[in-house]
Amino acid sequence: MSDANSSGVDERIKQQSRMRQALIRPELGGICGTIIVFVLFFIFASDSGMFNAQGVMNWSVVSAQFMIIAVGACLLMIAGEFDLSVGSMIGFSGMMIAIFGVTLAWPIWMAIIVTFIMAMAIGWLNGFIVVRTGLPSFIVTLAFLFILRGFTIFLPQVIERKTIIGGIKDAAEGDWLGAAFGGKILTGLFQWFGDMGIIATFERGTRAGQPVVDGIPMLIVWAIGLVIVGHILLTRTQFGNWIFASGGDAEAARNSGVPVNRVKISMFMFSAFCATVFATCQVMEFGSAGADRGLLKEFEAIIAVVIGGALLTGGYGSVIGAALGALIFGVVQQGLFFAGVESSLFRVFLGVILLGAVILNTYIRRIITGER
Amino acid sequence: MSDVKPIIEMTNIEKHFGSVIALAGVSVNVFPGECHCLLGDNGAGKSTFIKTMSGVHQPTKGEITFEGAPMHFNDPRDAISAGIATVHQHLAMIPLMSVSRNFFMGNEPIKKVGPMKFFDHEYANRVTMEEMRKMGINLRGPDQAVGTLSGGERQTVAIARAVHFGAKILILDEPTSALGVRQTANVLATIDKVRKQGIGVVFITHNVRHALAVGDRFTVLNRGKTLGTAKRGEVTPEELQDMMAGGQEMVALEGSLGGTV
Repeated sequence: MSDANSSGVDERIKQQSRMRQALIRPELGGICGTIIVFVLFFIFASDSGMFNAQGVMNWSVVSAQFMIIAVGACLLMIAGEFDLSVGSMIGFSGMMIAIFGVTLAWPIWMAIIVTFIMAMAIGWLNGFIVVRTGLPSFIVTLAFLFILRGFTIFLPQVIERKTIIGGIKDAAEGDWLGAAFGGKILTGLFQWFGDMGIIATFERGTRAGQPVVDGIPMLIVWAIGLVIVGHILLTRTQFGNWIFASGGDAEAARNSGVPVNRVKISMFMFSAFCATVFATCQVMEFGSAGADRGLLKEFEAIIAVVIGGALLTGGYGSVIGAALGALIFGVVQQGLFFAGVESSLFRVFLGVILLGAVILNTYIRRIITGER
Repeated sequence: MSDVKPIIEMTNIEKHFGSVIALAGVSVNVFPGECHCLLGDNGAGKSTFIKTMSGVHQPTKGEITFEGAPMHFNDPRDAISAGIATVHQHLAMIPLMSVSRNFFMGNEPIKKVGPMKFFDHEYANRVTMEEMRKMGINLRGPDQAVGTLSGGERQTVAIARAVHFGAKILILDEPTSALGVRQTANVLATIDKVRKQGIGVVFITHNVRHALAVGDRFTVLNRGKTLGTAKRGEVTPEELQDMMAGGQEMVALEGSLGGTV
């Protein structure tokens, strides 16, 4: 319509204020939420040890766990689909590593690689069924939520007559791939921090003289790595444009030559990949795999993604936002513990923030699309 | 126009869906730089015909000649790579994505950094702004979401996109049917600009006035058949209207409505 104007500016389009422009960035909610959460806990819990080295490591690890699955859920949601089988996939993958590595006594690296292949094959199957049948991914992956959880409980009972398989720490001793998930980096630096008195050291016991935090767990490295890769993939590549297009309007994307099915299936596989990264880090840390691992994680991942500004309907969102959502999640969950608040209130908080985030996102969507 | 060869010639196209004969021998050709209007009432076979032209359907019978050679399109991608672009009434743009992301959807420009391939946003933004300016749309910025554009502007973005990516034939499926008067005028002006670049435009509509505003030739479809092709000036709006509706009933209707249809 503006072309009717010789000056080239449509007089009816108001100049958008900077604030309004900032408002349509998907990360905005996540950034505000992160600041609010940190300020609040700084005021109410700073003397509880939440912000000393151990405390920071505590909520960083929890946030990193959320981040790993949130990246997968985020890209999948932007591509227009859900994966409700994430939590069950975490349990299943962990159990498969334990069965291969402990029961069958394969080398751990082989157990991990075979598990990754299996998990991504299941992710492929999820995606294949969704794009072939046209059924909502909600239903298809709900089915896999039960199928995978069922196998996770059934297999160890049949094989080992118990629901928890331990002994992975011993099996993974000295394994290169096991260390890539369960190890720590920068241990020398943290030892030096301890020697310099920057972080506290143990005063007694077998670890006397060692710093209380002796390195960055690989879990955190994986989380940061996945966030960076996910963000670049989404915003800076051709495939990223296809992800947005597939979720925004699959039919329009197809008409423009975007291989929508391929995009969706690969995002299901990526979601399964992220769940398996989570599971592998977890079994390497705990040294065991349990049949109840990862319960409800699919919802926590989706909530983190929504807090991060992604639309449930697809086509819009940001990996950085999802990562911030995961950070808020981790900080609040652990912060309530540090602040001495009854931990069941965490669920109340979750529900409230989810509702708030969805309402905010709907409002933002209206601004972007100009709907009224 | 006799010395110029048509870009595409569709001869005696028939399309059957089971026992339903959707097209019963339709012949249409499109010359470069002309706007060929395809008129017809709902159910006349317009959609089936353009879907055959754009490779979605394969004709049951009949021949397609593209730039002098016989052509067989297996799927829409064949037609697109040959240079037949379709702009659908809906389903053309993704409202949540920026104009430049939409513009290059499926044809993203690639910038190589070492072994890595990245989306060249700088190039995409620059080209989008340029092409939009040529079409007379001033964007606030290339990152403006398509959702903030009017229906006519969205059609124009889709047309500009097809032209930029080298369309020789541009099929417009009822581009004006959901638009207001001003927006319709803008889209018709865009069609005129595109035609002047030597692209053959196939303009599907059931609005005779829109067709007469830009059309060079007019083909009317009725019940899966061509009722002939007329050149501009050889036919009156009333004749076109009658042919579309199938004659007699329309005369009676028009009488009762005082000739306003």
